[in-house]
Amino acid sequence: MNEVKCECGHVNPHGTILCESCGRILDDKEKDKQLLDMRYEGSARRSQTYNKTIIDKIWNFFSSVKVGVWLIVLTLGASALGTILPQEMYIPPVMPASEYYEDQYGWVGKLYYELGLHNMYGSWWYLILIASIGVSLVICSLDRVVPLYRALKTQRVSRHEGYLKRQRLFGISDTADADMDLEKIKQKLKAKRYNIREENGNLLAEKGRFSRWGPYVNHVGLIIFLVGGMLRFVPGMYVDQILWVREGETKVIPGTDGQYYLTNNDFILEIYDKETDDEVFDAAIDRVGTVVKNYQTNATLYQKKGNTIPGEKPELEKIKDKEIRVNEPLKIDGFALYQVDYKRDELNKMLFRLENKQTKESYGNITIDLFDPQTEFDLGNGYYVEVMSYFPDFEFDGEGDPTTKSRIPNNPAFVFNMVTPENPDGEVSFVAIQQTIEPLGDNEYKMAFNGVETKDVSALTVRKDLTLWIISLGGAIFMIGVIQGAYWNHRRLWIRKMDGQIWTAGHTNKNWHGLKRELESVFDETGLPAPKDQLSEDKKE
Amino acid sequence: MAQLSSNLLYTAFVLYLVSIVFFSGAIKAKSADGTKIAPSRSAKIGILITIIGFIAQVGYFITRWIAAGHAPVSNLFEFTTFFGMALVGAFIVIYFIYQTPLLGLFTLPIAVLIIAYASMFPREISPLIPALQSDWLHIHVTTAALGQAVLSISFAAALIYLVKVIDQTKSDKKTFWLEVIMYTLISTLGFIIVSTAFSMANYESTFNYIDKNNAEDQIEFAMPAIVGPNEGELQSEGSFQPLIEMPAIINAKKLNTLIWSLGSGLLLYGLLRLIFRKRVSAMLQPLVKNISADLVDEISYRSVLIGFPIFTLGALIFAMIWAQIAWTRFWGWDPKEVWALITFLFYAAFLHLRLSKGWHGERSAWLAVIGFAIMMFNLIAVNLVIAGLHSYAGS
Repeated sequence: MNEVKCECGHVNPHGTILCESCGRILDDKEKDKQLLDMRYEGSARRSQTYNKTIIDKIWNFFSSVKVGVWLIVLTLGASALGTILPQEMYIPPVMPASEYYEDQYGWVGKLYYELGLHNMYGSWWYLILIASIGVSLVICSLDRVVPLYRALKTQRVSRHEGYLKRQRLFGISDTADADMDLEKIKQKLKAKRYNIREENGNLLAEKGRFSRWGPYVNHVGLIIFLVGGMLRFVPGMYVDQILWVREGETKVIPGTDGQYYLTNNDFILEIYDKETDDEVFDAAIDRVGTVVKNYQTNATLYQKKGNTIPGEKPELEKIKDKEIRVNEPLKIDGFALYQVDYKRDELNKMLFRLENKQTKESYGNITIDLFDPQTEFDLGNGYYVEVMSYFPDFEFDGEGDPTTKSRIPNNPAFVFNMVTPENPDGEVSFVAIQQTIEPLGDNEYKMAFNGVETKDVSALTVRKDLTLWIISLGGAIFMIGVIQGAYWNHRRLWIRKMDGQIWTAGHTNKNWHGLKRELESVFDETGLPAPKDQLSEDKKE
Repeated sequence: MAQLSSNLLYTAFVLYLVSIVFFSGAIKAKSADGTKIAPSRSAKIGILITIIGFIAQVGYFITRWIAAGHAPVSNLFEFTTFFGMALVGAFIVIYFIYQTPLLGLFTLPIAVLIIAYASMFPREISPLIPALQSDWLHIHVTTAALGQAVLSISFAAALIYLVKVIDQTKSDKKTFWLEVIMYTLISTLGFIIVSTAFSMANYESTFNYIDKNNAEDQIEFAMPAIVGPNEGELQSEGSFQPLIEMPAIINAKKLNTLIWSLGSGLLLYGLLRLIFRKRVSAMLQPLVKNISADLVDEISYRSVLIGFPIFTLGALIFAMIWAQIAWTRFWGWDPKEVWALITFLFYAAFLHLRLSKGWHGERSAWLAVIGFAIMMFNLIAVNLVIAGLHSYAGS
C-alpha cells in the first residue's frame, strides 16, 4: 500500500492526516483550517481510506457514528412504543391476547396487537436493531482504536509548528531565560502528576492517556454483555420453569433431570397488622387497607439417591430446610427457586355424610381426597357408597352433559351410588357445590355436605441462568470503561523553543475549562503566560 | 421521630427558597461591577444557606429512615423528595467546581418544584411489601436518583444556555419551544398551588361509576371534576357537576388533575405575559447576560459526563442485580426498566453526538432538555399512567 512518508522521516499508513510522529499536516485540506480536527489524532482510519469493495462499504456503514446514533435512536423509539400498552407477558391470563387487546383498549389495542407490538421486544426486527448495534460497536471500535493506539504510541515530543499553532490552546511568548522558566513549569507539571518527556530542549507533558481507551473498553463490555444475552438461546444455558406445590406435597423440581425434589411444608402469607407492627405504619395501613408483609414457603429440599428406573419410587436424601421468601430464593447447584405466586385455600378434601332424607339420621362419614379420590366406601351394616364419576372442575358441556374443564378441583362434582339395606341396588345422586340432582327419581338417602379441607399452594419459579457470569463480566467491564472515559481526561501540553521564543500548545479530549484552569495555575509566577483559548478569544468571559 | 423528620424537610424547603433570593441578589451584584468570577457576598450567603438546607434535608432522610426502619425511598413521595435532595447535592458540588451562582438560580427553583410536587402525594410512612424488603432498595434507588439528579443539572445549565443565546427579538420555533419549557415548569407550580388549595379547603367529591370491566365502583376526586368518570353519579352534595363524562378506559381522575394543572399553569403564564408584555424567557434573559455561554455549555456537558456512569450503575446495573434476586430475572421489559434503558440510550446518543459529531452549544442544550423530559416522563407518567411492576411507587 502506498504509505506516506513525512518530511520528518516517519512513515505513516495510507490515509494519515497528521503525521503520527511530528504532527505535520499531511492532508492539504487540513492546512486551511484555523484549528486542527484532533479526533483520533488525525490517524488513518480504514473507513475513511477505503471505499471500493462490498466489505469496505459494509465496514464504512457500520463504522459511522452517525449510523450508530441512528441505530440507538431507532431502538430508543421502538422501546418506547412497546410500553404504550402492557406486553403480552404482563396481561392477565383471562383470555387470549388476540381478544384481550381489543377487549380492553378498543381499536387501539387491536392495532397494537396486529402490529405485533404486544410482543415487541422479542420480535425479529427489534432483535435485528439490537444486533446491528452490536455489529456497529465492534466495527466502530476496531476502526478507531487501532490507528489511535499507533498515533499515541509513536507521537514525538517535538511537534511541527503548524500542528502547535492549530491547537485550540496556543501561545507564543518571548522570554529572557527560557531554561529557568521551563524548569519552573516542569516542577509544577510534575506536582500535577504529568508525565514529562523532553527532546532537544522541547517538552511534552501528558496525563490521563488511558482515559482515551475508556470508550473502547466500555464497547468491549457491551459486546460481551450482548453475547451473554444471546447465549441464553443455547440449550442448557437457561431454565425458566414454574413449580406449583401444595402444602404437604413433594414434587420433582422441573429442569433438574429428576435430581432434586422439594416438599412444601407450609405456605405463609402475612399482612401488616396495626396491633403488632410499628405504629408509624398505621396511617398508611388505614389509607390503603391491607399491605402484605411476607410470602413464604417453608420448603425441604431433597436429592435423589442412586439411579432409579422410570416408574420406581426414588429414594430421597434430605439436603436442607429453607424458608423461601421474596428476595430470598433457595439456591442449589446453579438453580434458584423463587417465591412468585400462591393460591390460598385450594379445595383439597371434601367430607360427606350419608343421611336419610326424612329422619336426618346419619349412617357414616366419608372423606374424598380431591386429587386421589377413593372410589368405594364401606360404612358397615349394609351401608355402602360408591363414587361413580368425579368431575374436579365441573361444568355442563354444550349438550347438557356434565364434564370437567381441568384437573384442578375448582368446582368438584360427584356421581354417587348409595347402597343401603332399603335399596340394595343403590340410589344415584349427582352432587355438586350447592346443587343436588337425582336423575333416576326421588331418593330416600342423600350425601349431605359435611365440610371441606383446604390447602395453600405455592408457586416457585425454577431458574438456572448460566449466562449470568458473562453478563456480569460484560456489565463490569462496561462500567470500568465508562468511568475511565468519563472521569479522567487526556491532557497534553507541548512547549517548544523556536528562535528565542517559546511556543506553547495545549490539548484535551474534553473538559477544556479544567485544562485551562490547570494551565493557568501551572504558568502562574513563571514569567510565561498560559496558552490562550483560540476558540473563545473573541467572546467575553 | 417522624414528626422531627417532616419538620426538617419543611426547614430545608424554606431554606432553599431563601437561598434562591440570595442567588438572584448575586446576579444583580455581579452585573453592577460586571467583572471577574470572585463570588459576591450574596452568592456566598446563598450557597451557605443551600448547604444548611441540604444538611436539614439529609437530617429528614436519616430520621425518617430510623422511624420507618427502611430507607425512605419506597414510594413516590419519598423517591421524588430524595431526587430533589440529590439535585441540590449535585448542585452544591458543581457550584464549587464552577463558582456560578446563576446555576443556583435555575437549579434550586427546579429542586423546590420537585420537592413540592413530591409532597402532593401521600406522605405517610408506608410498610414495605415483600418485593421491596432488601438492602438493594436503598442501594439501587439512591444511586439511580443521584444519577438522574446530576443529569438534571445538565438541564438547568442547558436552560441557562438557551435563555442566553436564543434571539428574543423574533418569534420562531426556538422561542416557541423555550416558552413550552417555561409553561411546563409553571404548570407544575399550578398543580402544586391547586392541589394545596383544594386540600386545605377539604374539597372532596365522590362518584359511583362503572369501570372498564363493567363493574360498579366508587372514586373520590380531590379537585372539582371538570371531567367525570364513566356513567359517574355524584354522591357528595354541593360538589361541582362534571362538564364532560369520560369513557371507562380513561382514568377521569388523573385526566382531571392534568386539566387543572395545565389550566392553572395557563392562567399563571398568561398573567405573567399580560403584566410583563414579553415572553417569560425574554424576562429571564437579562439575568443570564453576564455568564459565558461556553461555560454553561461545558457545565451541561460535564454534568452528563458525571451523571451518566452513576445513572447506568444505579438504574441499570444495580437494578438488574436486584431484579435477578427479587423478580427471578435481571431484565423483564417492565415499563420502568424500558424507560431507564431509553434514558440510557438517549444520553449515550447525546455523548456520541457531542464527542464525534461536534454537537456543541445550542444543539447539545436542546438534547439536555429532551433528556430531562425523558426522565420526568419516567418519574411521572410511567408511575402514574403506564404503571407495571414498579406501580407501588404511584398512588
